[in-house]
Amino acid sequence: MAPLLEVQDLTTRFDTLEGVVHAVNGISYTLEEGETLGIVGESGCGKSVSVLSIMGLIPQPPGKIVAGRVLYRGQDLLQRDEEQMEHIRGREIAMVFQDPMTSLNPVLTVGRQISEALVVHLGMTEAEARHRAIELLAMVGIPQADERYADYPHQFSGGMRQRAMIAMALSCNPSILIADEPTTALDVTIQAQIVDLVKTLRERLGMTVIWITHDLGVIAGLAEKVIVMYAGFIVERGNVDDIYADPRHPYTLALLKSLPRVDRSSKERLATIQGLPPDLLGLPPGCPFAARCDYAVERCRQENPRLEFVASGHEAACWVDVATRRSDSRPADAVSSKSTGRER
Amino acid sequence: METAIESPIAAVPEELEAPPLTPRELVWRRFRRHKMAVAGVFMLILLLLYSVAGAFVFPESYANLTETGARLQPPSAAHPFGTDTVGRDILARTIYGGQISLLIGLFAVVVEVIVGVLIGAIAGYYGGWIDSVLMRFTEAMFNVPQIFLLLVMARFFAGKIPTVQFLGRTFSGSVIVIILIIGMTSWMYLARIVRANFLSLKEREFVLAAHTTGTTNLAIIFQHILPNSMAPIIVAATLGVASAILSEAYISFLGLGVQPPTATWGNMLDGAYNYIESAPWLWAFPGMLIVLTVLSINFVGDGLRDALDPRTLAQ
Amino acid sequence: MNGDGVLVQVEGLKKHFPITRGIIIQRQVGAIRAVDGVTFDIYRGETLGLVGESGCGKTTTGRTILQLYRPTAGRVIFDGIDLTAVKGGELRRTRQRIQMIFQDPYASLNPRMTIARIISEPLRTHKLASGKEQVERVQELLQIVRLNPRFINRYPHEFSGGQRQRIGVARALASDPEFIVCDEPISALDVSIQAQVVNLLEDLQDELGLTYLFIAHDLSMVRHICNRVAVMYLGKIVELAQKDELYDHPIHPYTQALLSAVPVPDPPLERKRQRIILEGDVPSPADPPPGCHFSTRCPVAGKICSEEEPPWRDVGGGHFVACHSRG
Repeated sequence: MAPLLEVQDLTTRFDTLEGVVHAVNGISYTLEEGETLGIVGESGCGKSVSVLSIMGLIPQPPGKIVAGRVLYRGQDLLQRDEEQMEHIRGREIAMVFQDPMTSLNPVLTVGRQISEALVVHLGMTEAEARHRAIELLAMVGIPQADERYADYPHQFSGGMRQRAMIAMALSCNPSILIADEPTTALDVTIQAQIVDLVKTLRERLGMTVIWITHDLGVIAGLAEKVIVMYAGFIVERGNVDDIYADPRHPYTLALLKSLPRVDRSSKERLATIQGLPPDLLGLPPGCPFAARCDYAVERCRQENPRLEFVASGHEAACWVDVATRRSDSRPADAVSSKSTGRER
Repeated sequence: METAIESPIAAVPEELEAPPLTPRELVWRRFRRHKMAVAGVFMLILLLLYSVAGAFVFPESYANLTETGARLQPPSAAHPFGTDTVGRDILARTIYGGQISLLIGLFAVVVEVIVGVLIGAIAGYYGGWIDSVLMRFTEAMFNVPQIFLLLVMARFFAGKIPTVQFLGRTFSGSVIVIILIIGMTSWMYLARIVRANFLSLKEREFVLAAHTTGTTNLAIIFQHILPNSMAPIIVAATLGVASAILSEAYISFLGLGVQPPTATWGNMLDGAYNYIESAPWLWAFPGMLIVLTVLSINFVGDGLRDALDPRTLAQ
Repeated sequence: MNGDGVLVQVEGLKKHFPITRGIIIQRQVGAIRAVDGVTFDIYRGETLGLVGESGCGKTTTGRTILQLYRPTAGRVIFDGIDLTAVKGGELRRTRQRIQMIFQDPYASLNPRMTIARIISEPLRTHKLASGKEQVERVQELLQIVRLNPRFINRYPHEFSGGQRQRIGVARALASDPEFIVCDEPISALDVSIQAQVVNLLEDLQDELGLTYLFIAHDLSMVRHICNRVAVMYLGKIVELAQKDELYDHPIHPYTQALLSAVPVPDPPLERKRQRIILEGDVPSPADPPPGCHFSTRCPVAGKICSEEEPPWRDVGGGHFVACHSRG
């Protein structure tokens, strides 16, 4: 069966006063129906920009999607014009953002914002839409949904607002829900509530989800497949158990080792990643992680490795085998890759 | 133990680095994108040259030289801007008038900035009853009509302020009075802005950090908060010059400003009142100069305001 | 760790922010009870963690201890000096010995000052060094926090978040303090940088004998760096214990819920976990529930919980809880 979403060589950049920012550098991945994909990385790695590019929400200028295709049910979204994308957004692919306060219109009631989408996208009458909106609010666990329908965003707490955002996102039964750091700004107990909600809804509605975050703990509990991004590239990809149990890219490895755990008593010093986050204005040739990598060899500074399979269903972009420290000296074209590898 | 000392520039080889732009450079770059603002800067430089350099072409006495035989003459080779009602050369008068108008504009703004910043800073920083009192005072001042104040002060100070020597010219006391009046009636706008800035900045973490260190209030106000409020002050000051020049013009037009024979652009307009149609050169040239100056300043102010916009400067 | 005795005593500390209404005359119509009576000691040389979610009052507690806010009630005694009673010059002098590291690396440094000026400010305020000596001390401090002293005249915006945080640390160290309140010092940093800053703080504690109050919401990091941990909820401390004791044997229902909510980067473990999901939201600090502040969301609340505030009980081994059901 064809994947629901297929991203091929997506490349996005921004032209700023200080230079060209290479935000996304040729990433590719597929999303099957019903899957939950986690995109993990730190700030600036391109995870948000990549999904905003998919949704056509990158301001152009200063942004520009310079290459790639995004096939949703076989059709390239990047070729669609604004009007066509308006049918996709909310209806087919819905998005939940980090800060619900800025994504919700402060002068409209929450209920109204949900029912508006229903009227526009599904052609419901006002009464039908109101009824459905209250149902949705109840579904996401907002108590006294019929009364809360008439409340304004500022009358909701952070967690409630995020639930309302999820209700809005799901209102038109989209095929894909993209959540961009939806719980980063929330307290940990509220985060647990929201994650629990998403898991319940996921089961009930059979949702396909893309969850973006920097929090490796949240992804461990939510995702089935994981993509690790760094400096606009995908550096590792695989199913969640493999990535955590057997990380193959030095960045993933170092990141996991630097995290303290709440369930373990730790006596040793935290392992650190030396150096600084990459400067997207001036990426050096070669692997973007080379300057900070404990395993880097000369080749790493000259050639950017491609994603290759290191085990079944598990790919990493690295010249060095982190287990043995032996580096791959085969020339780049001789390396076979079954993945939709990315070009430089 | 961690590895050695790091450099603050991204860990990439030297050749690939672009040096980071200082805030000043960033502001200048953004300012340059405003064609009109840049044009305004050039225009202002020209106007300044006109008033300053022109003084080397015509002595001041010439500007005040009445030649009754050559009254109300249209522009000619001898008098490129024509002559006025008592035969004085208008070109020379616009030069010297320009000096005064520009000086009044500049110094009025100096008064405005000093008073406005002081009041706004103290009100914003200390809050409480000090803020209430100062703000009520500010609001009261908003309601005082400039004309009224002028009339009162003109009567009161008539003849009491001595003449002043400045940069080789003698200025009558009325110039000082006008500067003070314009300054004292236009600081309120700036005080409000500065107060708003202080209200928000005083809660910022670097101010809190200064408190933690034990820094005195005075040092916090002048060394920490004020340098971070420069943007609105600069914009307000720039636009204030334009406003002051216009104020001078209409004050003089009402006959309450600097008295002839000393020329200002404003009182030249006043002198043209009865000759609007018959001798348009009397008002056209000073009028045009006022318009050019004010427009240029406004363009520059607009450009500065956009270039200094804190939202885009925020790191 | 508990060796040299108590350095800071916080007794019944309260900080209420008045809510006022009115245009000309402002009347107080209520108060935000950000800190509603906290009592604890900090021992010399230890790192005490103060954790809780937003609105619990942990940041306000830190700031009130340093007298950045004057307390509404209660006392703070630092090395025998009652900071709440002291004013003016004496308070200023005491500030040399107590310092703070702030959360936001972008807002805690004056963007218009060079880092030399920023770091040397304590030296100038307290007249500790001037001229050449001042410059040397700044360079020394930059080296201590592992930044290149060459860049002494750069501006904050030229540095990354993690580096700016180090500059904040250097500033805090300038006056040779004994006690530092670290207010969420790593929350705003990228994950890969957090470990660098935490290691630095730990090294400094060893080298300089510092005492920390570490305020944070990241429970995993707190477990790593702190010796003892106090949990706050809605202005009150609900539990306090040695760190392993708290994390392995939490007693208060809120602590249990909090710990169960923290995700762990271990997929098989996450799948198996049974979370305690709390209902609803945190009540407003302007209107906390009567009795135990947690009673409205507590899974084991009884009748007495909404009537009486729970007593602060010692359950042995330095472990304290405020709970009717479980104390």
